[in-house]
Amino acid sequence: MDGEELTEQETALYDRQIRVWGADAQRRLSKSHILVCGMKGTVAEFCKNIVLAGVGSLTLMDDRVVTEEAWSANFLIPPDENVYGGKTIAEVCCDSLKDFNPMVRVSVEKGDLSSLDGEFYDKFDVVVKLINEKCRKLSKRVAFYTVDCRDSCGEIFVDLQNHKYSKEAISVPWRALPRKASKLYFALRGVFEEAEGRSPGEISIADLPAVLKLKKELCEANALNASHVTDSLLERLIIGTREFPPVCAVVGGILGQEVIKAISCKGEPLKNFFFFDVMDGKGVVEDVSNPKKESK
Amino acid sequence: MKGVVGSDSSFSGGVAVVLVVLVIDMDTIEVSNLNRQFLFRQSHVGQSKAKVARDAVLKFRPQMSITAHHANVKDPKFNVEFFKQFNVVLNGLDNLDARRHVNRLCLAADVPLVESGTTGFLGQVTVHVKGKTECYECQPKPAPKTYPVCTITSTPSKFVHCIVWAKDLLFAKLFGDRNQENDLNVRSSDAASSSDHAEDVFVRRKDEDIDPYGRRIYDHVFGYNIEVASSNEETWKNRNRPKPIYSADVMPENLTEQNGNVAKNCVVDTSSVSAMASLGLKNPQDTWTLLESSRIFLEALKLFFAKREKEIGNLSFDKDDQLAVEFVTAAANIRAASFGISLHSLFEAKGIAGNIVHAVATTNAIIAGLIVIEAIKVLLKDTDKYRMTYCLEHITKKMLLMPVEPYEPNKSCYVCSETPLSLEINTSRSKLRDFVEKIVKAKLGINFPLIMHGSNLLYEVGDDLDEVEVANYAANLEKVLSQLPSPVTNGTMLTVEDLQQELTCNINIKHREEFDEEKEPDGMLLSGWTQAPPAKDDKQSMNDKQSIGNGGDSSNALQTEPADAVKDGEMEEISEPSGKKRKLSEGSKASILDATDGTRNHKEVEKLDDDDDDDVVMFDDLDSMTNKKKRLQ
Repeated sequence: MDGEELTEQETALYDRQIRVWGADAQRRLSKSHILVCGMKGTVAEFCKNIVLAGVGSLTLMDDRVVTEEAWSANFLIPPDENVYGGKTIAEVCCDSLKDFNPMVRVSVEKGDLSSLDGEFYDKFDVVVKLINEKCRKLSKRVAFYTVDCRDSCGEIFVDLQNHKYSKEAISVPWRALPRKASKLYFALRGVFEEAEGRSPGEISIADLPAVLKLKKELCEANALNASHVTDSLLERLIIGTREFPPVCAVVGGILGQEVIKAISCKGEPLKNFFFFDVMDGKGVVEDVSNPKKESK
Repeated sequence: MKGVVGSDSSFSGGVAVVLVVLVIDMDTIEVSNLNRQFLFRQSHVGQSKAKVARDAVLKFRPQMSITAHHANVKDPKFNVEFFKQFNVVLNGLDNLDARRHVNRLCLAADVPLVESGTTGFLGQVTVHVKGKTECYECQPKPAPKTYPVCTITSTPSKFVHCIVWAKDLLFAKLFGDRNQENDLNVRSSDAASSSDHAEDVFVRRKDEDIDPYGRRIYDHVFGYNIEVASSNEETWKNRNRPKPIYSADVMPENLTEQNGNVAKNCVVDTSSVSAMASLGLKNPQDTWTLLESSRIFLEALKLFFAKREKEIGNLSFDKDDQLAVEFVTAAANIRAASFGISLHSLFEAKGIAGNIVHAVATTNAIIAGLIVIEAIKVLLKDTDKYRMTYCLEHITKKMLLMPVEPYEPNKSCYVCSETPLSLEINTSRSKLRDFVEKIVKAKLGINFPLIMHGSNLLYEVGDDLDEVEVANYAANLEKVLSQLPSPVTNGTMLTVEDLQQELTCNINIKHREEFDEEKEPDGMLLSGWTQAPPAKDDKQSMNDKQSIGNGGDSSNALQTEPADAVKDGEMEEISEPSGKKRKLSEGSKASILDATDGTRNHKEVEKLDDDDDDDVVMFDDLDSMTNKKKRLQ
């Protein structure tokens, strides 16, 4: 796998995808290293996709214990206590993923993203994490992706330069954003800000008034018409904290494609937010980057 | 099979759903499936896709009820009554013929159908409900590309023409059924060719050594035949003449001096017999030179006779047959060199010859997710929410996933609206057989037809026919239309039925004397199957997308190119389709998950019937399928 030519095994296994992106891209994939933090359903789908694609290595971080919520939306976790008992989510997923493609090195890293240092990150080409995981500044060359799915919506944030899901990026004054920017973005931001005070998923319908109040305040502060963010959307996002498996598949697929593009240097990466909402069925790309941050 | 699991039954929210799933797939698992069909493992290669898929799904959803059928969805046992059992049908097929078949059965059974297709980074999911939306055939799907015989036999201008020649003519002639008609020796019109003489040329003589035999064949097809073709002035007036190539010029040395001698008596697994390995050419991505191609040609021929002699006379081309692919690539390359066409690598040639559809896990995952979302809408009878969703490679109007409301049924669709068609044909020259092959089967997709003129049965197929009937129908096939017992002439209306699909089609016959050989090679023209009138431009771009991953017809026409019908750069700005759109209901508050309370028994059928893995089957017929399966078992 580390030699210059693809092996006979690789050529046979990857034939159909080599016809899509070429042998060079396949070689680059086989030398890439991915770090993933927070193994929810969407991330599981993403992992499956890149393992099948034939990346060099995949490192998983998620020390949580397996619960019913975990295996209900994460197909890598069989609903069998004999299998998952005593293991962390990352460990169970690691075992399943190895099965998909023995040519990929899948491993588990214990600990928290925020406790890791730059040296650790330097080993990786790509980092994928959940929206509420905090992490420190990473090395410049790492491509960075954040993903979240709740209820019937999902989003991906792509950062090939800044390497941090920075509040700065979403601190762009709302007025400055194009008028037609996805309503979903505002809604999610609203939820995110509210949820910041809690652990993920702790939000419930009781919080709805507080969130609506927050939304009203934020809209006023940004001189934005409050009807831009519908209450029903917020309600959905708050009540529905669970992931919806088909949305995980869609978002995990788009994310997989983005990461493959970045590693293989083939194809235009999306810039820089992707949203999918089952209600309207659209998979939308929005550029919400701060123009000031362009110069590095 | 895309690795779609029908529907994951874990809804969050207030609905507990019990799913009953039935899976149909006739195919077995191959290594090349494993890059995306993630329910399968290396250890499953050779086993039934339907069965392994079921087992894999039960591992993470043990409470589901899944039945697996290792069968062809076109089997008569899957009739209208069978389809009526289901609340929704999900298709993950790879060929147009099967899709049309399922479409007709779903219409007859009045069961909603969720269709889908992928090719590389492109894909789409569409919903079809009788009476409410277009059926799958309301928009005519592009037929797989075929090439005029003369282009293949005499005037190739693209590499694909050389592949078709190498595969369907030369390979078939040397290794396939000797009794099959073969255009290999079609010459220019003025040469009088004796067919007996032609037969002798390709058959290996009793005591002929393999090396001289190989060179003899080489010289005949690349040297002699080219010289003869070259001599016709008319053909080459506006074209570059091909150059004849003789083995002595390319390979002056004695071939037995080649390295890579495989001992004649050692038992070799046929799957590992390879001319490339023999000659030390390792990389399938390398483009061979004329010399290398010539060496491979002779070595492959030699290996077929040395190691696989028993198969000669019965072989049909199989893209997974390494030696066959090597032979076809080599032959196509030499022919290409002759005609000034650029040579291609084995990898590329295999893709063309095998009609390989490129595929990745990510697009399939996206489409799978979208299929489930539509399926849920169908199960919840959320009619206004049905969407046709297109997965784009390049962002268009800020979208990578573009939903479009379904159109109303096309009133002139002969499948769901029973509108009559028109056929222009020379009724004094064309036989009933031509009508059956070229129109009924190839265009209408009716494989078990009943053809009537008024109350007179002209032709039918069935197990319950007696000898007299069978003989009558066979005789009718050979008759010219105007000479049939119930003559078919200008103004006649024929009725064609398929009892299994419960489809009736009326065709008005119009007599026409002449047809353009290039533009209308079939000698007939079917019309009346039009697209819905308004917003034609929008429809066009929708059509392009709808052709993704359609696959081809099984027909015996000379071959085709891979059905990556939509290529990069063909995606244009897509304007919102106007016209007969269904209204989107405003301000729906309900979450897709709210639905109703209580448990429901939902049955789904997931139709995953592949004729040949995920490859687009252009004209592999049932026989070659059987051969392949035998090899794998």
